[in-house]
Amino acid sequence: MTRDEALFEYLLRLGDNTLILGHRVSEWCGHAPVLEEDIALANTALDLIGQTQLWLGLAGEVEGKGRDADTLAFLRDAWDFRNLLLVEVPNGDFGRTLMRQFLFDAFHSILLGKLMKSSEPRVAEIAEKASKEVSYHLERSADTVVGLGDGTGESHARMQAALDYLWPYVGEMFTGDEVDAEMADAGIAPDPASLREEYDALVGKVLAEATLEIPDSQFAHKGGKTGSMHTEHLGHLLTQMQWLQRAYPGASW
Amino acid sequence: MQHPSVEQVWDWLSAVPDPEIPVISLTDLGIIRDVEWQGDTLVVTVTPTYSGCPATSIINLDIETALRKKGIEKLELKRQLSPAWTTDWLSEDGKRKLEEYGIAPPQPAGGPDRCPRCGSQNVEKVSQFGSTPCKASWRCKDCLEPFDYFKCI
Repeated sequence: MTRDEALFEYLLRLGDNTLILGHRVSEWCGHAPVLEEDIALANTALDLIGQTQLWLGLAGEVEGKGRDADTLAFLRDAWDFRNLLLVEVPNGDFGRTLMRQFLFDAFHSILLGKLMKSSEPRVAEIAEKASKEVSYHLERSADTVVGLGDGTGESHARMQAALDYLWPYVGEMFTGDEVDAEMADAGIAPDPASLREEYDALVGKVLAEATLEIPDSQFAHKGGKTGSMHTEHLGHLLTQMQWLQRAYPGASW
Repeated sequence: MQHPSVEQVWDWLSAVPDPEIPVISLTDLGIIRDVEWQGDTLVVTVTPTYSGCPATSIINLDIETALRKKGIEKLELKRQLSPAWTTDWLSEDGKRKLEEYGIAPPQPAGGPDRCPRCGSQNVEKVSQFGSTPCKASWRCKDCLEPFDYFKCI
């Protein structure tokens, strides 16, 4: 694998995380429990889709085969996606959506902080832009996790159930492969395992404040970022997200 | 033919309103990073406020329309991501106009220093997010009016 091939794969991982999570979060548009939450979720989704345009745009440029961000987003099939399994799981209830958001935001903010120092300037400048937006996402999702976790009996139980369900998807963030090794060697991106300590400290602090208990298990679902095995949910998501371009190729407005 | 001067172009751009908050101009917002002539092509460098802001493409269209009207034929719009846009680049004039319009201008402390309607400092945050990506929702506990706060980034 050449360095550019590894960089292309790595950029797909970044762009597919924001694309798939952005799409999932946008499913709440018009359905959130209160207006402020609806607006907050729609804004978060919008930021994530904006970041996707930058990451996948750069991926297409690095690949050099004439594929732009739209082509990569709308004309690849499930096995070519490189997002974490965490971001493709269905929204569940509002509590689960916010717990997933928090677990991802914490990882995202730590990762972007490192990518701002990337040896590849095109990566560093996107990370610089995205990191400002993500600090608001994290503030919002952490506040909501604390509010609901340390809330009523009902909200606490739902948040604990959400954490129990989602925790096995956290481990994948810190797994590494030859793509990560190539990126770390080149100083383009950090070794994923090196982010774990900071992540556990940040997440541990917020979840303790939320009176929630982290499950005592190291088991991790894997296969999303390498593309070796996605969940069944990704295909269903793509049928919605890609429908227009599949049915009317090249449609634009 | 003589080119219009760079100063002249900046002046024209200062009359182009932001599409979402028309009370301030694109130059007030601080997103025009550079204007220069490269041969007979005018190059305008623009930085996005938020990466997903839908106003970005409208802003580019508005810049192009405004400059074409002034007779600029060869125009290139360049996107610049770094240094990332910051609310520190909002002009003082822009901040004043925002407040008059009812939007609390960004403050280094991270929240509005007073209600843009009644001036009370007794305000509370409703949400980090508001009607556009650049704004948050706040509420005045004295006059009881909700208001937008232009987020500091």
